[in-house]
Amino acid sequence: MQVLCRRSGEMILVRLEGELDHHTAQKVRQTLEDAIRDPSVRQMTMDLSGLTFMDSSGIGVLLGRYKTLASRGGWLKVEKARPEIERIMRMAGLFSVLRRG
Amino acid sequence: MIHNDMTVRFAALSQNESFARAAAGAFASQLDPSVGELADIKTAVSEAVTNAIVHGYRGISGGYVSLRVTLEKEEVLIEVTDEGRGIENVEEARKPFFTTAPGEERSGMGFTVMEAFMDQVEVISSPGKGTAVRMKKRLEGGTR
Repeated sequence: MQVLCRRSGEMILVRLEGELDHHTAQKVRQTLEDAIRDPSVRQMTMDLSGLTFMDSSGIGVLLGRYKTLASRGGWLKVEKARPEIERIMRMAGLFSVLRRG
Repeated sequence: MIHNDMTVRFAALSQNESFARAAAGAFASQLDPSVGELADIKTAVSEAVTNAIVHGYRGISGGYVSLRVTLEKEEVLIEVTDEGRGIENVEEARKPFFTTAPGEERSGMGFTVMEAFMDQVEVISSPGKGTAVRMKKRLEGGTR
């Protein structure tokens, strides 16, 4: 599982590559937390085109980062997800709080 | 498709979650499922195996998880079994957002995902003896 982060002003651009499950969630969570540790970061855009699998462990990872950014008045956007990953995000109600690219 | 089945038994370690879903997916591919059906099966297996490792063997080391996949005509039957702590209240555990690990950012959506992605989900559990999750999915996209 690869997590590539790049900062652009108040925004972090993230690209996830690989499979996000309970085993890989800890690494992804820690990398994303480090990327938004600076409180001036308020937005995150995640390119999910390289994410080949996600189960409910990924829901917790996304919601956790959303909460941090929302508490700063910011947002989390996901884009280019595969249909099966869109499906699990939709089922969990993530699109009521996350933005879609 | 004639009856076919396989069983694998592996250590209850999180690095085996991807192995388990890949094994189930590869075996179920004999029924020529659609891309979506295969993703559903792999996701449901991942949820059941993760539950066994995270909840079933919480505080217990050296445990094992068994995964049995049976192909019967156009149906895939999956059984994930652990010999861990068991579930006190299965009905409560199956509710959305229920988790025994609230501090670990678990979503509590495991059973909800299994129920959404499979046609039938049965949970047999007794405290101290372990849990078996039996799931069934009828394939529409397969060759017969």
